[in-house]
Amino acid sequence: MRERDLIIVGGGPAGLSAAKIALESGLSVTLIERAHDLGGQLVKQTHKFFGSKSEYAKTRGIDIAKILIADLEAYSSKLEIYQDTTVLAMYPDHVLTAIQGRNYMKWKAKAIIIATGASEKFLAFENNDIPGIYGAGAIQTLMNQYGIMPGSEVVMVGSGNIGLIVSYQLIQAGVKVKAVLEASDHIGGYLVHASKLVRLGVPIKTNTTVKRAYGTTKIERIDTVRLDPQWQEVEGSEESIDCDALCISVGLSPLHQLLSMSGCEMIYINELGGLVPKKNEQYETTMPRVFACGDVTGIEEASSAMVEGKLAGLMASYSLGYEHPQFETLKAETLHQLQNLRQGPCGIKIRQGLEKAGEAL
Amino acid sequence: MIRRIGYADKELVKTKFPSEEILVRPKAIIECYQEIPCNPCETSCPFQAITIGEDINHTPVIDYSLCTGCGMCVYSCPGLAIMVAQIKDKRAYFKIPYELLPIPQIGETWHAINRKGEILCDCRIEQVMQSKKTDRTVVITASVPQEYLYDFVTVRKRP
Repeated sequence: MRERDLIIVGGGPAGLSAAKIALESGLSVTLIERAHDLGGQLVKQTHKFFGSKSEYAKTRGIDIAKILIADLEAYSSKLEIYQDTTVLAMYPDHVLTAIQGRNYMKWKAKAIIIATGASEKFLAFENNDIPGIYGAGAIQTLMNQYGIMPGSEVVMVGSGNIGLIVSYQLIQAGVKVKAVLEASDHIGGYLVHASKLVRLGVPIKTNTTVKRAYGTTKIERIDTVRLDPQWQEVEGSEESIDCDALCISVGLSPLHQLLSMSGCEMIYINELGGLVPKKNEQYETTMPRVFACGDVTGIEEASSAMVEGKLAGLMASYSLGYEHPQFETLKAETLHQLQNLRQGPCGIKIRQGLEKAGEAL
Repeated sequence: MIRRIGYADKELVKTKFPSEEILVRPKAIIECYQEIPCNPCETSCPFQAITIGEDINHTPVIDYSLCTGCGMCVYSCPGLAIMVAQIKDKRAYFKIPYELLPIPQIGETWHAINRKGEILCDCRIEQVMQSKKTDRTVVITASVPQEYLYDFVTVRKRP
């Protein structure tokens, strides 16, 4: 069993940002990533980011991933990175087990940061298992990471930022987006993303969802149905749309399993996307020196995940007696950044969620 | 309304335009109708013409006496919500961000498109600008008859 100061589970925006700060503080760090590439969802985000300069606004996500990875290069003597490696379990005595191919590994860490991110929610409807029905993440992986067209005519379900951005990226790839369906009475994501689609001729149908899919070996057509303000189906409102792919983008839920299984106190908070760990102001869960940051603590944008990662890195280092040379400045700066990202009307859900979790903004 | 249909109607669009006298010189038109945490327009403007302020959720305010219409905000806005407009010889000239293939070429005639995605008329591609700074966003200058000043938003290749 190997012993390390800090193990970070998840090499996305939160985990990478946490690693940098912990390395700057002088810790030995092991970073474990399930996927082949570091960067998490950033590696598929071909669009320019929102936020402010400190969160790399106007830089494309794919390039932010490169920056965050390059930031770690200077610390190669203190950093080990395991890619294609899935953490299987976390135990209360800070033991982590993982598998890489057929290789089983075991670590004991003085501190742990869980930055596992989130997984996509799915939707129940008739024939939702026909080939050609994808989650938005899968479409982005195929298209933006591997250069494979997911179809030629796609219908998008969900008008949150992911649904809108992936629709735009589909059009950039030469795919026709036949419609964006939204069950509620208004567009969920940023209006600027919606406007980009409408001017390209994509209809956004609010109060509408997918009722059933048709096709035998692959999807050929869907029926949509209108919903009334109580989200009940409106009789006789079904319409058909031909398509060879359907993309489901109806939200994310935190990947909480490692935290849940090890005995951290968890709370179900709808506004944060599901089960999240209870944590204190130091980003520490109810298990001492187990920290959590990014989407696993509540669904937000990647910008917030990066800032939370920095905070968790600062706090984890501090808990082991390694105070970052700019601890106080960085702490104040990152807290201010988080507040700035969350304080507008778009941050209302996250603010309500954090309040329910007993955390002040 | 805009949260249901996803685009601004003409009334709303007009609130983002300065007077036509001011538009004899090129000016940035910022169509940011929603408070979102974002401020690259402010930080990219070399003339401090755009103000968002300490709270990055505020929508931008532009000072037309400082804006030179340089277009740096056009490719800096991650929402592709900024264009530069100018009126010259009864035509409206626009610098717009463009991120699709094929890239228009100078001198070509493309369709002019409104915010609803409908074809307005033909438009002339006047200029095509792309550099390391624009980071794979192309800035197209296109012109349409002046009557479409408040309608034009993008270009589409003619079939």
